Amino acid sequence: MAVPVAFFAVFFAYPVVAIVGRGLKADGVWQFGRIGEVLRRPDILDVLWFTTWQALASTALTLLIALPGAYVFARFDFPGKQLLRAVVTVPFVLPTVVVGTAFLALLGRGGFLDELAGVRLDTTVWAILLAHVFFNYAVVVRTVGGLWSQLDPRQEEAARVLGAGRFAAWRRVTLPALAPAVAAAALMVFLFTFTSFGVVQILGGPAYSTLEVEIYRQTAQLLDLPTAAVLTMVQFAAVGAVLAVHAWTVRRRETALKLVDPAQTARRPRGAGQRALLGGVLLTVLVLILLPLGVLVERSLDVPGGHGFDYYRALRSADASGGTFLVAPLEAIWNSLQYALVATVIALVVGGLAAAALTRRAGRLVSGFDALLMLPLGVSAVTVGFGFLITLDKPPLDLRTTWILVPLAQALVGVPFVVRTMLPVLRAVDGRLREAAAVLGASPLRAWREVDLPLVRRALLVAAGFAFAVSLGEFGATVFIARPDNPTLPVAVARLLGRSGELNYGQAMALSTILMLVCAVSLLLLERIRPDRSGEF
Amino acid sequence: MSTTSTTSTTRRTKQLAATAVAAALGVTALAGCGSSDGSASGSGGTKGSGSKTVTLVSHDSFNASKDVLKAFTAETGYTVKVLKSGDAGAALNQEILTKGSPRGDVFFGVDNTLLSRALDNGLFTPYEAKGSDRVAADTQLDAAKHRVTPIDTGDICINYDKKYFADRKLAPPTTFDDLAKPTYRNLLVTENAATSSPGLGFLLGTVATYGENGYQDYWKKLKSNGVKVVDGWEQAYNEEFSGSAGGKKAKADRPLVVSYASSPPAEVLYAKPQPTEAPTGVATGTCFRQIEFAGLLNGAKNEAGGKALLDFLISKKFQEDMPLNMFVSPVTKDAKLPEIFTEFGATVDKPATVAPDTIAKNREQWVQSWSSLVVK
Repeated sequence: MAVPVAFFAVFFAYPVVAIVGRGLKADGVWQFGRIGEVLRRPDILDVLWFTTWQALASTALTLLIALPGAYVFARFDFPGKQLLRAVVTVPFVLPTVVVGTAFLALLGRGGFLDELAGVRLDTTVWAILLAHVFFNYAVVVRTVGGLWSQLDPRQEEAARVLGAGRFAAWRRVTLPALAPAVAAAALMVFLFTFTSFGVVQILGGPAYSTLEVEIYRQTAQLLDLPTAAVLTMVQFAAVGAVLAVHAWTVRRRETALKLVDPAQTARRPRGAGQRALLGGVLLTVLVLILLPLGVLVERSLDVPGGHGFDYYRALRSADASGGTFLVAPLEAIWNSLQYALVATVIALVVGGLAAAALTRRAGRLVSGFDALLMLPLGVSAVTVGFGFLITLDKPPLDLRTTWILVPLAQALVGVPFVVRTMLPVLRAVDGRLREAAAVLGASPLRAWREVDLPLVRRALLVAAGFAFAVSLGEFGATVFIARPDNPTLPVAVARLLGRSGELNYGQAMALSTILMLVCAVSLLLLERIRPDRSGEF
Repeated sequence: MSTTSTTSTTRRTKQLAATAVAAALGVTALAGCGSSDGSASGSGGTKGSGSKTVTLVSHDSFNASKDVLKAFTAETGYTVKVLKSGDAGAALNQEILTKGSPRGDVFFGVDNTLLSRALDNGLFTPYEAKGSDRVAADTQLDAAKHRVTPIDTGDICINYDKKYFADRKLAPPTTFDDLAKPTYRNLLVTENAATSSPGLGFLLGTVATYGENGYQDYWKKLKSNGVKVVDGWEQAYNEEFSGSAGGKKAKADRPLVVSYASSPPAEVLYAKPQPTEAPTGVATGTCFRQIEFAGLLNGAKNEAGGKALLDFLISKKFQEDMPLNMFVSPVTKDAKLPEIFTEFGATVDKPATVAPDTIAKNREQWVQSWSSLVVK
């Protein structure tokens, strides 16, 4: 437990506390009065109100749209299911700077809805809500669907044999078993939408602002650290509360359920009703997820005078004048892969040790640590990034200009995924196996290698894959520290989008498409090695 | 905050520390692959003032040709390491946060809208760069103290979609007044002045033109004339503006956008095949002039290298390299603009300006009243 605690203390808690402290301390004295001052400002109250209600609305809408999807992915077998499950997860790990552009194409002028029904939703709150569904669809499908596929359908069938109606059987048997998973998914979606940044910035226009956007504005643009500090604390409190509830539902979910192999529960859809349900879900996925991603691909191929791979070819060279990059944009892929690999290793070591510690020990302190590990998901990248600047500036830890900072920042986001994936699997390992090995004379290391490792190997791979995909897409923290001679993919995309000219725009689309494909491929590989007992994601 | 000079020992300690952290996390094997691309930890130097590396901290838009950076190394023996950190505002604020213990030696990219914030925070050590007599006088806003050196200028102006106006046989607008006329209703898209530097520039242009009392009335007119505000330049230019390459693909419907006087040459340069005429034009009566400065950071570890770099930034070689890399204009009189700039770019005779002190005093209040007027 020492390594993960030290890691979080040095690379998360210390920087965040330092930057908040910088804002709230004047001449060495804490100015807690500022909190009330800031919270009474009408513009801040507006931000708080909007942040909360849009997160609630986004969560409700996501559940409404994604729960049928969770059912279909859990209970039905259909061709291309694995591929599709990988594809719906792609948005979750794509940087919003890419997705925002794609999504505008769907909801904006001349977009799908515009041409079909003359409806334009850009800069309305609907665009934000739908984009949140787009991003978080996979959270519900994976969390709820993962459990759903392992519930023994015979229990519901038994209830029906005993005379319960179809709905009553579902309500009495399946729903209670699913409820904690639904709650957990809802809380995760709430957490992600409550702290939404890119989506709100790109699709909401300047009229809508979430806490996260406001923290960014106050810190990076205005350098109003006191206000930023207060807002960070408010967000911290809110996220902490969400995580506390989340930890509670997770514990409840781990009450014994009779779980079965998902392969036994899924079957081909039968009858008109089931086929209609499957069709409806597929249509939703098509319109809501595949279409925006497709637009991205289409634009990357849309070269003057037809379609072609010109923009992809242009990625191979740094442009003639020196241009946006000192190296060819294509090298950003290689950079990204290297960074993501290092970040994955860090996340696996830290997250794996944390999960192991959480499995072996119990108690209030440990469960608090469990929630703490999730906090990086709810703390704004700019707070962490600026915190790095003012804390990691002295020997022995002057890392501000080193490349290791990028994977460190990415690993912060990857660790929660590793922990959440590993924890259920590790908890399922029967401790008696380990004891038996020890009795037979195995050293602890050997016991771990012979007993634990084979059992958790696949979960470890899944965790690694998720950490890898999340690291690939991480943008917020990376943009502050990525070096110009080796930008990551998302940073390269953002730089290309930041310049005029057809070639730059086309290359941005081409790079986005590549990023999307890399994410999709890593997720597809995950589908193949999913453990029997799936974790939360 | 105290200014500590770093000795060779601490430098090495840092590198050791970075390696130690990497090792502790079990990534030593992979660290090798990270540093093989020339990005090893530390700034590569072994001696404090005698370091052969000079670090330039800048915003994301900084670019220079490889050849030009190599020429600097050949001339002075210093290798430039560039550290980009976010947009102009964010990059400057990070410098302010780390003042006294900066990440680099020279900061490039503070403009006249943020200059006072940098100077008030005592970010820079005065240094008069060699050759500053060649720098245009109207750009030298800190001529008395030489804390900063002007490097480039850029004009924030309305860009228009030539095809749109030609198709309708309509004259494109040329002045701020024009934009409020009914002829141009619902045609303009601009950026959020609170979050975007061209957005702020355009707002300052209207303040300069209509005065601190009149600009609000002007914006009321613009608002009732259907101005659209989006958050950043990328959306305004690539998604909303019908004249840009991105906008065409996005079927954008706003033929007027707040961008730069140098955007039309970029539309030509980054098109394949290059057109004989730029698809967009510039309304030269709507421009606000940005001047970008560089300065030697207070507490720089390599002062000598930093000074050499500042000299280099206003050398003819670098000044002539800038236009096609950053799409800005040189400040030195002897630098020639590339042909693509003179042919497709616009010359702005009387750009609007506001003094940095005035901006510093009023920026917040102007942006706030603009926000409540236009955005809410």
